[in-house]
Amino acid sequence: MAYSEKVLDHYENPRNVGSFAKEEEGVATGMVGAPACGDVMKLQIKVGKDGVIEDAKFKTYGCGSAIASSSLVTEWVKGKTIDQALEIKNTQIAEELALPPVKIHCSILAEDAIKAAVADYKKKHEG
Amino acid sequence: MLKFPIYLDYSATTPVDPRVAAKMIPWLTEHFGNPASRSHAYGWEAEKAVEEAREQVAALVNADPKEIIWTSGATESNNLAIKGAAQFYKGKGKHIITLKTEHKAVLDTVRELERQGFEATYLDVQENGLVDLQVLKAAIRPDTIVISVMYVNNEVGVIQPIAEIGELCREKGIVFHVDAAQATGKVEIDLATLKVDLMSFSAHKTYGPKGIGALYVRRKPRVRLEAQMHGGGHERGLRSGTLATHQIIGMGEAFRIAREEMAAENGRIRALRDKLLKGLQDIEATYVNGDVEQRVPHNLNISFAYVEGESLIMAIKDVAVSSGSACTSASLEPSYVLRALGRNDELAHSSIRFTIGRFTTEEEIDYTIALLHRKIGKLRELSPLWEMVQEGVDLDTVQWAAH
Amino acid sequence: MFAPVYLDWNATAPLDATVREAMLPWLGTRFGNASSRHEYGRQARAAVDEARARVAAAVGAHASEVVFTSGGSEANNLFLKGAAALRKPAVVAVSAIEHPCVREPARQLRRQGWTLREIAVDGEGRIDAADWQRTLAERPALVSAMLANNETGVLQDIAALAADVRRSGGWLHSDAVQALGKVAVDFRALGVHALSLSAHKIGGPLGAGALVVDKRVELAPLIAGGGQERGLRSGTENVAAIVGFGVACELAVARLADEQSRLAALRDELQEALGALGATVFSAAAARLPNTVFFALDGIDGETLVGRLDRAGFACASGSACSSANPEPSHTLLAMGVAPERARGALRVSLGRDSSAAELRRFVETLAAQAQELRNLAALAA
Repeated sequence: MAYSEKVLDHYENPRNVGSFAKEEEGVATGMVGAPACGDVMKLQIKVGKDGVIEDAKFKTYGCGSAIASSSLVTEWVKGKTIDQALEIKNTQIAEELALPPVKIHCSILAEDAIKAAVADYKKKHEG
Repeated sequence: MLKFPIYLDYSATTPVDPRVAAKMIPWLTEHFGNPASRSHAYGWEAEKAVEEAREQVAALVNADPKEIIWTSGATESNNLAIKGAAQFYKGKGKHIITLKTEHKAVLDTVRELERQGFEATYLDVQENGLVDLQVLKAAIRPDTIVISVMYVNNEVGVIQPIAEIGELCREKGIVFHVDAAQATGKVEIDLATLKVDLMSFSAHKTYGPKGIGALYVRRKPRVRLEAQMHGGGHERGLRSGTLATHQIIGMGEAFRIAREEMAAENGRIRALRDKLLKGLQDIEATYVNGDVEQRVPHNLNISFAYVEGESLIMAIKDVAVSSGSACTSASLEPSYVLRALGRNDELAHSSIRFTIGRFTTEEEIDYTIALLHRKIGKLRELSPLWEMVQEGVDLDTVQWAAH
Repeated sequence: MFAPVYLDWNATAPLDATVREAMLPWLGTRFGNASSRHEYGRQARAAVDEARARVAAAVGAHASEVVFTSGGSEANNLFLKGAAALRKPAVVAVSAIEHPCVREPARQLRRQGWTLREIAVDGEGRIDAADWQRTLAERPALVSAMLANNETGVLQDIAALAADVRRSGGWLHSDAVQALGKVAVDFRALGVHALSLSAHKIGGPLGAGALVVDKRVELAPLIAGGGQERGLRSGTENVAAIVGFGVACELAVARLADEQSRLAALRDELQEALGALGATVFSAAAARLPNTVFFALDGIDGETLVGRLDRAGFACASGSACSSANPEPSHTLLAMGVAPERARGALRVSLGRDSSAAELRRFVETLAAQAQELRNLAALAA
C-alpha cells in the first residue's frame, strides 16, 4: 500500500506520544477500538479552567494510518475548546492525510477518540 | 555491504540461482525449438533437454522420470492432482480430507469440488501446527477417496508426518496427495519409501524460475487422473499445452543443485535461523508460531504481542518479509494458518514470517535483529496495549468499545 | 549445433533479442513474487501491470480484460470450460478446423451434458456459410472459431460470426494465437467475447499467454488457489515471461505493417516457385495469413519429405507441432474434404522475421531435388 507523505511523516515522527497521569487535574481519556479489530487509540486531553485544551497526548496500536490520524488529532485539538474539538470531522482528517478508502475507518476512529475524551471530561466535570 | 531491502522472504519466492539462469539463457537465445515438433532438429534438441530436466526433478525425490508431469506451477499441480483424482475415482466415493492450514491452491480446489458434489473435511491442526494422526484416522470414512496434506507449511514451516499418513492411506486404499512446494531442497524426500501417490512441486521456491512446476504421479501402484487441460495430448495426455523449454531446463538445474547441496546448505541456513531466533527471543512477549523441532531450517514465524502487524511491516521496511502468506497479504484478514494454530487475532496480526535462503548472510541477520529490537521498542512506546500490560492490566478483562 | 533454415514459425518463433533483454532482469535481481507487499513484490507487480497494458493495447482491449495464462492452450481451455461451468448445459459449437486445445475441451463438455456441434468448412477451409446458418439455428451458447488457422493460415470473418452469435445470445470465443502479429487483431472491432493469445508465436517466450475476455462474460477458473488474475487464474505470476509477452506484443504491433507486406511478397514468390514444381497450395483462394503456405506435391509423403528436408538443413512441418507426434493426416485438410492420401503429402512452410528471399530460393531448389529423388526411388520400387 502506498502511504501519503503526510501519513509517513506522522508515522515516522509521531507528535505528542505519551500519557498524562490519569488523576492529574483536567485530564480526560478516550480509548476507542479493540485489539481484535486491529486498532486501539488512546487520546488524552488536558483541559484548562477556561475549557480550552492545553495539551494532548496519544498512544495507538494500529496501522500507519491509525497512528498518523491520532497524531494529527493531538495537534489539531490543542488550543481548541472542547466544543470546538468536537467539530473535527473524520472527513477533514482523511482529507488532510490523503487516506485511501480502505483506511477511512482510521479517521473515524480518531474522531471517535476525540468524542470519547470529551465525554470523559464532561463526565468528570459536569456529572 | 548490505543491500536494502534485505530479502528474508524465500518462501514467497526465491531468486533464480545464477547457475540456473546460465543454463536457461541458451534456451532463450540460440535454442528455441518447440519440444513437440518432431520433424526437425530444433524440436528434438528441446525434447532431449526436457527429458534430462525430468530426470533431475525425479532424482531429487527418488522417483522415476516417467512419473513426473510438467505443469505451470505448484498451484496447477495441486488443482490437477486433487480434481484429477477426485473426478477419476468418484465412482468409489466422494469424500476428501485436507487440513485447515493448507495453501489456498489446495483449499480453494477442494471447495470447488464441494460445489461439484464432493464432500470435504478440513481438519484442525494441533497448536504446534501438526496434524494429529488419530484425528486424521478418525476422519476417514468408507467413501474417502483423496487425502491432501502439505509436506511443509508455507507460513510456519512445520513438517507434517507424511510417512505415517502415507501408510494409513495405502492401508485404506485412499489416494494421497502431498503439496511439496515448500519442501524441495529443505527436507529429504524419498518417494521410493514414502507411500505418496501424487506430489506437487514448484521451481520458483527452490531457486528455479516462475511459471513451471511438476506433478509426481505414481506408477506402481498406479494412480489415475482425469486431465484438467486438454489439447495436443502433451505429457501423456495429462497436461496439454506447449512446454516452456527454458523454464523446464531451469527447474531441472535448480533441482539438481538442491539435491547436491541441500545437506550443506541447510546446515548453514539453520545456523542463521537459530541466530535470528535467539536474537528476537530477547525481545519481551514474543511467540514462535509452529513447532520448533518439526520444522524446516529456514523458517521463523514469530508474533510480537502488543504491536499491530501492518505498522510493524511498515517499521521494518528495510527487510522484505511476509506477514502471513504472500497470496493473502493483499487483504487485511489475519492469517488463517495462525488462527488454525489457535493464535488469537492480535497475535496473528503481529506475526512476521522470516524465511532465510541461499543468499542470506550473517550480516543481514545481525542487522535484522538490531532493527527489530529498535522498531518493536518504538511501536510499544506507542502502544496503549503495551502500556496497560506494563501497568498490570489483563487485556482479556477489558471491555473494548468495538467499532 | 548447426543451424537449419527455420521455416516453422507457426510452431514457435525464436525469442526476439529485445524481448530477451527485457526479460533477463526478472530472472536476475528482480525476482519478487508479485503478490508480496514489499519492494521486491511491488516491482514485480508493476512489471506485470505494465505488460498487461501492453498486451491489451496490442489487441485494442482494456488492461482489465487481460487474464494471463501459461499459454494459448490454457487460455482456450479456460474459456470453454470456465464459461461452461457457470451455464446450463446447451450447445457448444466449434469449427471443424480448430486446434486440439479447443476441440478437446469442447469434447470434454459433452460429459457434462453439453451437445457438441462441429461447424463445417468449405474446400478452402473457410467456415461454410450454409452450415453456419444451421449452427446458428441451434442457438449455441458457446461458439469457438479460430481467427487464423495454424496449418492453412486461413482467416475467418470473425467479426461477422461474432455479430451473428451476439444476436442469437451466445458467446463467441476466437483463438487468435496464430493471427497475432501477422494480421491486425482488434478485440473491439472483432466484437468477440473472448480472444486467446500466446507469446511464443510472436517472438515472446514460451510459457505465457492470455485470455482477453469481456468482463460481462462470467468464467469459473480452471486453476483455483491464491486468487491471482481477478481469481480467474491462480498461481504465482510468471513475471519474466509476462514481461517478455508484453514487449513482444508491442514489437509485433509496431512491425506489423512492414512485416505483413514483406512476408506476403516472400510468400507469393514461394507459391509461384512451388506452382512451377507442380505443387498444390491449399486454401490458395482464401484470405490467409501472409506467412503461411500449406502445400502438397503429388505422390510424395509429407512426413518423409519433411525428414529429408530436415537433414538437408530446412526445418518445416508436415502439420501442426502438437499433433506431429501422431502420423494422422492433417484434420484441417480432412475437414476441407481433401482426400487422406493427398493430405498425407502436405507440408507447411511458415515464415517469420528472419525469413529471406535467398533462403526460400535455396529451399525451393532443395525441395525440388528431394522430391525428384523420392520420385526416382518410387519409380525404382515400382
